[in-house]
Amino acid sequence: MVTAVTSFGRSGLSDWLVQRVSGVILLAYFIFIACNVINGVDYVSWKALYAQTWVKVFSLMAILSLAAHAWIGMWAVFTDYLTERLMGSTGNFLRVTLQLLVLVTIFIYVVWGVQILWGY
Amino acid sequence: MLKVSIYRYNPETDDKPRMQDFDFDTQGKDLMVLDVLEQLKAEDTTITYRRSCREGVCGSDGLNMNGKNGLACITPLSETVKGNKLVIRPLPGLPVVRDLVVDMSMFYAQYEKVQPYLQNNTPAPAIERLQSPEDRAKLDGLYECILCACCSTSCPSFWWNPDRFIGPAGLLQSYRFLADSRDTATDERLAKLDDPFSVFRCHGIQNCVNVCPKGLNPTKAIGHIRNMLLSRAT
Ligand code: SF4
Ligand code: SF4
Ligand code: FES
Repeated sequence: MVTAVTSFGRSGLSDWLVQRVSGVILLAYFIFIACNVINGVDYVSWKALYAQTWVKVFSLMAILSLAAHAWIGMWAVFTDYLTERLMGSTGNFLRVTLQLLVLVTIFIYVVWGVQILWGY
Repeated sequence: MLKVSIYRYNPETDDKPRMQDFDFDTQGKDLMVLDVLEQLKAEDTTITYRRSCREGVCGSDGLNMNGKNGLACITPLSETVKGNKLVIRPLPGLPVVRDLVVDMSMFYAQYEKVQPYLQNNTPAPAIERLQSPEDRAKLDGLYECILCACCSTSCPSFWWNPDRFIGPAGLLQSYRFLADSRDTATDERLAKLDDPFSVFRCHGIQNCVNVCPKGLNPTKAIGHIRNMLLSRAT
């Protein structure tokens, strides 16, 4: 058993499952948006669309999915290429710093997303 | 004349690896890559590689030939040579001991992790532990592995994390014992695999399937392990 404390769910299985489920939610959301955009949108119809509670909830779901998906995905990329084995202690420093940066960015986007969805 | 280019490196005398070129006369025969190496070694005895059975059974001559891993002894020139050129390198991703010989310690350490032996703590029967033909059939496509490391050393996930990702060869053996009806340690085995590296570093690229000289399918075995973990946890 390899320990990994900075991964999303600490367990490989849960990360894997979250990655798959969030991927499906994101796909559904992008198809939903694409359908709406293809039919043509203006300010009034777009605002009416997002006035509906279920659209807000669906959007929040997509934002949270994106957050989890990005965390898991970036963590996998960083732990592949920025490791102590490949770069010595620089690898650890770079990896942890970038991971922190990714986390803060994700956090800001989630808060901002909620603000946009419910703030207007 | 076949242009043969061989990776040479002797850490005691060279500061860095180099490629040595040879012109080789196949005399129109479709030789195996190992035959070419043997004949070249007869001329230049310093060329170093591993080999033993020369018939695809021992797994000691896993090499990278024109960019693809395989066993030199069962890879005919007609299969690997393109544009009259044959480039032979050691298996990628492992430290080179000398020329085409790599240090397999990391590969074996991962193999050791999966406890590749039958575990059964119930009292042993008088003669043997029986298995139905159906249960025995579940081991087909798993037990044939000869640990040549062609698969694991072609796997990018193993290149980056050979210390944490078990790799296709180890995982195929892991599933060989998970699938064995006579093994009673299934739960303990699975518990050791549920971290983000051991199994889940596999991204399904299938390089392993592409190169296995025994035609085995580690990706499929990894999928089975994942399903076992899933049904155990949900
Ligand atoms: S699975 Fe195939 S390629 Fe991998 S070690 Fe076994 S025999 Fe070699
Ligand atoms: S399928 Fe998995 S084990 Fe096989 S080469 Fe790809 S990442 Fe490696
Ligand atoms: S020499 Fe034994 S497998 Fe090639």
